[in-house]
Amino acid sequence: MSTVASPMTAPDVAPPPAIRFRDSQIEMAHGAGGRASRRLIEGLVAPLLGGPLLAPLTDAAVVEVNGGRLAMTADSFVVRPLRFPGGSIGDLAVNGTVNDLAVSGATAVALLVTLVLEAGLPTSVLEDELRAIAEAARRAGVPVVGGDTKVVEHGKADGMYVTTAGIGAIEPGVRLCASAVRPGDRVLLSGPIGDHGITILLARGDVDLEADLRSDTRSVYPMVRALMQRIGDGVHWMRDPTRGGVASALNELAADARLGVVLFEDALPVRDAVRGACELLGLDPLHIANEGQFLAVVAPERAEEALEAVRDAPGGEGAMLVGEVRAEPARTVLAASAYGSARVVDMLVGDPLPRIC
Amino acid sequence: MCLAIPGKIVEFVVGQPHLAVIEVSGVRRRVNIDLLRDEPPALAIGDWVLIHVGFAMSRIGVAEAEEQMRLLAMLGEDRLAMEELEGYRFTEPPARAEEIA
Amino acid sequence: MKFVDEFRNPTLIRQASEEIHRLVEPGHHYRLMEVCGGHTHAIYRFALEDVLPDNIELVHGPGCPVCVLPMGRVDDGLSLARDPNVILTAFGDMMRVPGRNGSPLEHKARGADVRMVYSPLDALKLAEQHPDRDVVFFAIGFETTAPSTALTLQRARMLGLENFSVFCNHVTIIPAIRAILDSPDMRVEAFIGPGHVSTVIGCRPYEFICRDYGKPLVTSGFEPLDVLQSIVMILRQLRDGRACVENQYARVVPWEGNRPALRAMAEVFELRPFFEWRGLGFISQSALAIREEFAEFDAERRFRMPGVRVTDPKAAQCGEVLKGVLKPHQCKLFGRECTPEHPVGALMVSSEGACAAYYNFALRKSAAAEPVGV
Repeated sequence: MSTVASPMTAPDVAPPPAIRFRDSQIEMAHGAGGRASRRLIEGLVAPLLGGPLLAPLTDAAVVEVNGGRLAMTADSFVVRPLRFPGGSIGDLAVNGTVNDLAVSGATAVALLVTLVLEAGLPTSVLEDELRAIAEAARRAGVPVVGGDTKVVEHGKADGMYVTTAGIGAIEPGVRLCASAVRPGDRVLLSGPIGDHGITILLARGDVDLEADLRSDTRSVYPMVRALMQRIGDGVHWMRDPTRGGVASALNELAADARLGVVLFEDALPVRDAVRGACELLGLDPLHIANEGQFLAVVAPERAEEALEAVRDAPGGEGAMLVGEVRAEPARTVLAASAYGSARVVDMLVGDPLPRIC
Repeated sequence: MCLAIPGKIVEFVVGQPHLAVIEVSGVRRRVNIDLLRDEPPALAIGDWVLIHVGFAMSRIGVAEAEEQMRLLAMLGEDRLAMEELEGYRFTEPPARAEEIA
Repeated sequence: MKFVDEFRNPTLIRQASEEIHRLVEPGHHYRLMEVCGGHTHAIYRFALEDVLPDNIELVHGPGCPVCVLPMGRVDDGLSLARDPNVILTAFGDMMRVPGRNGSPLEHKARGADVRMVYSPLDALKLAEQHPDRDVVFFAIGFETTAPSTALTLQRARMLGLENFSVFCNHVTIIPAIRAILDSPDMRVEAFIGPGHVSTVIGCRPYEFICRDYGKPLVTSGFEPLDVLQSIVMILRQLRDGRACVENQYARVVPWEGNRPALRAMAEVFELRPFFEWRGLGFISQSALAIREEFAEFDAERRFRMPGVRVTDPKAAQCGEVLKGVLKPHQCKLFGRECTPEHPVGALMVSSEGACAAYYNFALRKSAAAEPVGV
C-alpha cells in the first residue's frame, strides 16, 4: 500500500503545517503498515508535502487531466530474502503497484521501475529480477515505459530495492472512497489471508519453521475488473490489505468512514499452515501481510452477486463475504465469534513479532 | 504466561536423539524432546505433545481429552451437544493421520 | 487443528456459558483471579467476558513475565548490547518493553545488535555460527520457560561454547501468588491456575492456597472451553463450600509435573534470596539465578552489569493493577500517556498484559451501543 494524499488546490497563503509526529527517530515499525506508519504519514509526510491533513489516505492519488481521471501511485519494495516461495521482489514490485491502481478502480496504463542496487550484487540475481518484472508486467498487461538505476556502496543496501510508479485510467462513474460506505454494506475478501507474510517470515529462517506455503503475490486486477463490471457503483470502497493486514486496512476504513466494521471470525479464509504458524508464534492472521488479495465493501443488496462475480474470475475461487459495516461502534473493527462474543481487532502496533508469552 | 501449542511428532531426527520434527497444522519444526524422552512410555511417531519455545513440554493425553469433552457435553445434556461430541475422535487410524493435521 | 478446535466449539461454549449462568448466585459478586497472563490473553482474544454473567469479575494476575520485570533489569540487559561484540537475543515479547533509554527495538534502530529468537536454542545456534561474537540470551519466563533455558545451558556446556551466556530473569509463580494472598487488599475468591506452568511443577505446589487460605484453585487450559470449564469447577467448589486444587487441564498437566524438567532446573539454577518484581516489590526466593557450576555462562558474572534500579514513573500504578487492586483503566496514565503504542509500563506492552487487553476491551465497551451477533 502506498499512501498518497489526494491533491487539493493550493490556497494562496499556505497555513503552517501542523506537525504531529513526535517520535525522535525512525523505527522499523514506521514501515510496518500499522498505526506507526499511519502516524508518520499523517503527522509528518502529509502536512509537509501539501496533502490536506485530514484527507483520506488512499492507495493511489486521483488527478484530473483534460476531463479524464487518472490514478497515480508509487511503491517501494524492500524484502529479504529477494526470492521466496511463490515469487520475488520483482513480482512484488509490479503486482503491488498494479494492485494499488486496481483497488482505486483504475486499469494500469504504464509503469516506471527504479532500481537501487548494492555494489557486489551478482548480475545473475539482477537478471532474474528483471525477468520477473518483465513477466509480471506482461501478465498484468501493463508496459514498463521507463525508470532509473542507481548503485550504492556495498553494505548500504540489502541487495536491491525496487520502486515502481504506475499510472492508471479510471472508468467514468467509478467512485470509491470511505465516504461512500454505508452501514449495512458487506465486506468481501478475495481469498485466504496471511500467505505472503507468513511465507516471508518462514523464508527468513529466523523461526526455523517449514511449511508448504507460497506468497500470494499476483495481480488482483482480473478479479477487481470482474467485480466492477458486474456491480459497478455497488462497490463503495476497495483496498489491498498488504502490510498491516486486513486488520489495519479495515481500521483505516473505520476511521475514515467514522463507522464500525464487524468481521465474522468463522467466515475468514485462512489456510491451515498460516493458522498453524500463527498459533505457534502467537500472531493474528488479520495482522499478516497479503500481496494478492483485496477487500471490497459492497452494497448489501448486491453482495451475493459481487461474491459470485469474484468467485467466477480467475483466482477468485476462495472469495468470501467476511463482514459488514455498522454504524456503531464507530471507528472500531470487531471480530464476532460463532458463540456470541466479539473482540476488538486493533490496527497492527509495530511489526508483528512472534511471542512466547 | 506461556504460549504453548499441541503438535504431532512426525519424525525423529537420525543421529540427534534429543530432536524430533513436530507438525502443527501443516507447519513443521524441530523441537527438543529431552524433557519427555526419559519417562516411559517411549515417544512414538503420531504422539501429540505440547510445544513451548522449541521444546516438547508434555504429552497430550487422548483419554483425558475425551473425558473432558464428555464432561463438557454433559453440562447441559443437550442433544445437540452430544452430537457435537460424537464428531470428535482423538484417536486416529494411522491411514488417516496425514489429512487430520 | 486437533486438540485446539474441539475446545473452541461454539455449541459447547454456549452450553458452558449457560451452566455458569445457572451456577452463579444473584447478588454475589465473584472475583476470580486468572494467575497467568496467557489466560488474560485468551479471555481477551476469545472475548470470554461476553459470555460470562456480569457478577463474575476476572482479576488479572501477576503471571506475565515481561510485565513483572522491573525496568532496571531491562536496562541491565540492554547495557550489554552497547558492546559492539555482543549479540543480544531475546524473545519477541521483550522487544517493545520500555527501558529507561528505550526498548530493545529502539536500541536496535540505533545500531545495537539485538535479535529476536523463538527459542533459547536459536540463541545457542547463533553462538555456534558467530564464534567471534558474544551471544547473550535475555531469559525471561516462569517455570514453563525455565527448563528450556536450563537444557540450553547444559547443551552449551556439552558443546564447550565459550561465547554464549544467559542473563537470567526467570521467576517462580508460587511466591508471587503467596504475596498476593498476603496482601492486605486481597479480595480474590478463587484462582484459575496457570496450566502451562503446571506442566512443569504439577498441581501439588498450589495446595497451600486451599489449605491455608481456603481458596479454590483450578489448573486450567487456555482454550475458551478450558477457561469456561474451570470457572464451572470453581463455582461448584464455592457452591459446595469446598476449597481444593482441581486439574481441569488433565490432558496436558500431570499431577506430579515433569520430573526431568524439575531436575534440569535444579541442576542449573538456584533460588535467589530475593528478587524485585515490578509492582509487587522484593519477594524472597521468587526468582532463579544460575548456579556456580554454570558460572561461565552467567551474563551477570561475565559482564559488568550496572545493576540499576529504576523506579516506575510515579503516576504509573502497574503494581496495583498487577495485584488486582486496581482495574487497568483506573490507573491515571491508562489510555492517555500510556497506550500500546507508547507504553509507560510493561502491562501495556505484552499481549498478556492486563492493560493492553483492557485498552482494547474498555475501548469497545465504551463504544459499543448494541450487542454484536452473527
